[in-house]
Amino acid sequence: MEETNKMNETTKKEEQTSTQKIGIYLWIWLLLFVLSFFSYMVDWYQFQGMLRWSLILFFMFLKAGLIMAFFMHLFWERYALVNVLLWPMTAIACFIFLMTAEFKYTLFSRFFYFVVGGA
Amino acid sequence: MSEQKIDGFELKPGFKGMASDTGSDQTMFKGVHWGKAMMWIFLLSDTFVFSCFLISYMKGRGSTIVDWPNTSEVFSLHVGGVPVPLLLIAIMTFVLITSSGTMALAVKYGYEKNRKMCGWLILATAVGGLTFVGMQVFEWSKLIHEGVRPWGNPFGASQFGSFFFMITGFHGFHVSIGVIFLFIYTYKVFAGHYESKKRGWFTKMKGDYVEIEILGLYWHFVDLVWVFIFAFFYLW
Repeated sequence: MEETNKMNETTKKEEQTSTQKIGIYLWIWLLLFVLSFFSYMVDWYQFQGMLRWSLILFFMFLKAGLIMAFFMHLFWERYALVNVLLWPMTAIACFIFLMTAEFKYTLFSRFFYFVVGGA
Repeated sequence: MSEQKIDGFELKPGFKGMASDTGSDQTMFKGVHWGKAMMWIFLLSDTFVFSCFLISYMKGRGSTIVDWPNTSEVFSLHVGGVPVPLLLIAIMTFVLITSSGTMALAVKYGYEKNRKMCGWLILATAVGGLTFVGMQVFEWSKLIHEGVRPWGNPFGASQFGSFFFMITGFHGFHVSIGVIFLFIYTYKVFAGHYESKKRGWFTKMKGDYVEIEILGLYWHFVDLVWVFIFAFFYLW
């Protein structure tokens, strides 16, 4: 019991000293505003096709990365935590891949049976 | 991290540190408060919930043979008779990012034991979140007046309504819960619960400003989810 209390003490002491400079938060904040403005501009100027989609994804991942790395402090966390959080995302990527194949098949069947009229 | 001292145990950086942390016989997340680790695990599971929603939206939108409604027009607001595309959504995005920034600063000031500054910033965050929910209520009622229903709408593919109400509704629910907790923690900070070491939620452990960081993690996650909803639902 005393051992655990001692550990909590050290944990707290370490957390107190680990605050970041205010500048980094303000910069990330500003950057998030600018990136959001840019992604709004993608719609404002009505970019279409691959340009639109790649710009949307680019700004989205950049914003998500900045929020996770700096606002959620993942940049300063130990790898044991960071890796536990990020590797499961590959499962989501797999799911997206599977469902992409699935919606293409559904779309094909709907065209085939509803529009063309079947075989 | 160097202040961590466990008998004959040295914390290594990088992947070597990950291997030794994971293989160690004590806590795996060294120097991470248990509440923070649990919040991260919760956020990970919540990520999967929102991913399933967005993936089902992708599947639904991709497989319909009717044109998807043009979100640029559906979500436009008329300012002086001129339709401005996605105006309300853009304002909502900026409000949420503003509240995320104030939350990040609140966490910083909390750890520096700056009670007043921390409290005001959490209050600002709560007000931002409340503004966001208010604008979402306005957006919902506008679309419902225009005839958007979960089973159909006048603009295009009938799946649009169900995905819209489910995804933005679930996100709005998260924001609402967050706002409630932000107000509670505004009170806790101003009342000095972390100076007097008052006990926290459902625990005998003494309250500490790390709770503000845990609250912050949840709030940033809400902002993070909005980044994806904004990209995939409104802009795509």
